[in-house]
Amino acid sequence: MNAIEFSLLIALASMLAGFLGALTGLGGGVVIVPLLAVVFKVDIHYAIGASLVSVIATSSGAAAAYVREGYSNIRVGMFLEIATTVGAIFGAYLAVFTPTHAIAIVFGIVLLFSAAASARRRAAPHASLPADRLAGLLRLEGTYPSAGQMQSYAVRRVPLGFGLMFGAGTLSGLLGIGSGAVKVLAMDEAMKIPFKVSTTTSNFMIGVTAAASAGIYLSRGYISPALDMPVTLGVLAGSLIGARLLVIARTNVIRIVFAAVIALLGMEMIFSGITGRL
Amino acid sequence: MTTSTTRTPGDSALEARIGMLLKVGVYSSAAVILLGGILYLIRHGNETPNYSTFHGVPDRLNTLSGIFAGAIHGQSLAIMQFGILMLIATPVARVVFSVFAFLAERDYLYVAISALVLAILAYSLIAL
Repeated sequence: MNAIEFSLLIALASMLAGFLGALTGLGGGVVIVPLLAVVFKVDIHYAIGASLVSVIATSSGAAAAYVREGYSNIRVGMFLEIATTVGAIFGAYLAVFTPTHAIAIVFGIVLLFSAAASARRRAAPHASLPADRLAGLLRLEGTYPSAGQMQSYAVRRVPLGFGLMFGAGTLSGLLGIGSGAVKVLAMDEAMKIPFKVSTTTSNFMIGVTAAASAGIYLSRGYISPALDMPVTLGVLAGSLIGARLLVIARTNVIRIVFAAVIALLGMEMIFSGITGRL
Repeated sequence: MTTSTTRTPGDSALEARIGMLLKVGVYSSAAVILLGGILYLIRHGNETPNYSTFHGVPDRLNTLSGIFAGAIHGQSLAIMQFGILMLIATPVARVVFSVFAFLAERDYLYVAISALVLAILAYSLIAL
């Protein structure tokens, strides 16, 4: 296969990943590494580097839209980015020392978790509880558009959320993913931030988190431009199309199918890791 | 600056400008990566790529000076890598912008928080 064919195939596959990722809200980044490593036999370090670059593109592209709609909480995002960026640097160093098969196994577990998290039904909105003292001091509370008016919300359990965010950052730096599922878990479940605000703020944070490990990846030689080009452009194009179609598509079936694909890739990664095929 | 649960008056203007910054950053980086990619496929399209074993990219593609020098000389790989650098710089630019935006709002707590995030990012990028 020559470079033109290889680039076209990777671009098409990445476009599909970005498209499904945007349509289902699961993000395309999580399938890029298994796609490259399992299907295209790309070394996992190059795959992680390519994935991380594509994650910066899609999260910044999507954040641009959400920020203007007033969903993202910029203070919450900025404060928690302290934890995610430190975690990302820690994760990027871990990636250097962690054997490939161990990375594959951790990756598989994260894929299974992401698939399970997406299958979970959305719970009812959080009851309005008083804010934590720390949340008050940091002025983390905010408002978001809901049913035609601005709804205010309080933020709780800041230290727990902060700790989970460190973990999300570490996974992001170790695996080259956005780890949006963990970020949403930290904000929605731990800090009781409304789901829509959690997902958009997570998206807003992913780019900065990924940028923190990207410098280390680049200097270690993980960022291979001729591979990252079709991946990044493909995922970006796919996610833009997916975001456009989001309003008209019935996403439930697609969501279940995509979650199943992610779970299968997760099992394949764990199996490949255990048998040492990656 | 307010201390109540309402948004500060500057928030929506700030959000609009951050949104624009991110959009310009992503699209201009994508354009540079595409340009480098087209050049690469014209010049090296018939070569057989091999990523199955990790060697790391050559030094001229993983340092700032190497990437700049290569991009100026029209090397396709360096142009793509420069576009990737622009992409990495986009969220960093957003944090720089936030430092000044919070400063303009006299929100010194968040000036400090944004500056801390920027310092952490600078630490990771200093290796380049």
